[in-house]
Amino acid sequence: MISLQGITKRFGGHTVFKDIDLSLAQGEIIVIIGPSGTGKSTLLRCINFLEKPDAGRLQVGDLSVDTQRASRADILALRRRTAFVFQNYGLFANKTALENISEGMIVVDKLPKAKAHARAREILERIGLADKADAYPASLSGGQQQRVGIGRAMAANADVILFDEPTSSLDPQWVEEVLGLMKQLAVERQTMIVVTHEMQFAREVADRVVFMDEGGVVEQAPPEELFTAPKDERTRHFLRKILAPTGQAVP
Amino acid sequence: MLNLEYMWGLLPVLLRYLPLTLQMATIAMCFALILACLLAVVRVSKVPVLNGFSLLFISFFRGTPLLVQLFLFYYGLPQLISSLIAITGVTAAVLGLTLHFSAYMAESIRAAIVGIDRSQTEAALSIGMTQSQLMRRIILPQATRVATPTLMNYFIDMIKATSLAFTLGVTELMGATQKEAAGSFLYLEAFLLVALIYWAVVEVLSWGQRRLEIYLNKAYQR
Repeated sequence: MISLQGITKRFGGHTVFKDIDLSLAQGEIIVIIGPSGTGKSTLLRCINFLEKPDAGRLQVGDLSVDTQRASRADILALRRRTAFVFQNYGLFANKTALENISEGMIVVDKLPKAKAHARAREILERIGLADKADAYPASLSGGQQQRVGIGRAMAANADVILFDEPTSSLDPQWVEEVLGLMKQLAVERQTMIVVTHEMQFAREVADRVVFMDEGGVVEQAPPEELFTAPKDERTRHFLRKILAPTGQAVP
Repeated sequence: MLNLEYMWGLLPVLLRYLPLTLQMATIAMCFALILACLLAVVRVSKVPVLNGFSLLFISFFRGTPLLVQLFLFYYGLPQLISSLIAITGVTAAVLGLTLHFSAYMAESIRAAIVGIDRSQTEAALSIGMTQSQLMRRIILPQATRVATPTLMNYFIDMIKATSLAFTLGVTELMGATQKEAAGSFLYLEAFLLVALIYWAVVEVLSWGQRRLEIYLNKAYQR
């Protein structure tokens, strides 16, 4: 169970979003959509405390944190329960694919190295990169790098994985393999929050789609409902713009 | 012309002093590296108070000649702190070299740290690493690779700078040459020979530097 209560973020005098409430159950998959610059990524980064929220409370599992009083220990605990997948992968350039995945288990979870490596090999198997265990990020394709990035998030054994536009910086030919892996995780009922512009993915995979605009949640509903019968004019406008050129059914 | 026979005979005499030269440089390099890393991390993380101290430290030791610093430590400090009256030339030289070069090295290490893309920092933090784990396991190993060519240059520079220790009465390679030359009056031969010795040492190090860079770059081959 993850919940955000009254999460607010400002940059200087500009309010990115205000009083965001959002909650999801274990095993639920939420996709956040909306125009660029509405703070979708920033919201995701707040959950992981990569950005410090300016107000609100975060709850992940049995850990509940007042963001304004969060101690260093709270922040570390929160980060251990939330894994993050970055748009530009953020792989450790000095570590192999295997080490990228095992690093957190060794350093943060204090697993013995052999055990961490064994688990990392299982994960490499699951993400289809068993043969790339000893490859460094520089020698991997964009799609492979992002799959390692997802593998690293899987290794964290977190309550939720946060995906920040995971396919946005990929060449088109690598998008499918990354989405495929995310779908596989969805089948396994991995709890996740995904910020993406991949509407087809949202339709297929999401339990609930959240539409954000102008610093707030405009509406949220199961995909078939949100994509076919959006209630708010802003949602309709956004969907019309983003879906029309692809020839998909326009609400 | 050159008295080659004299030079040949002088070679083993001078080589006896090479270990002291290399020792001073190596010890100073080790301490300087540690100090430079600390200064750089303090600068990058903007640790309050310490950051200001680092700035002042770097500014002073980059802004004044090494020879002046050596004289300050060897001749000047004992006047202030009487227990330092027993400071040896070697100690003063190592101290001076350490502080002087750490100031330069801190800036190259800082630049190398800042050059590592921000996304790796965020990724490390996102999986729950602490700042110090991030530094030790992700940032510094990569910064080392970036900074190595420059740091090796400083080490080479430092080996040559140990020759200044002879002004503190230390009989190292340069001091020994000076004495031998003064005895034989064959200045050209003696100083030419010591120049060749320094040059040879530096060449060996440059070879080592190339090997080290190949090793450090192995993670970045496409």
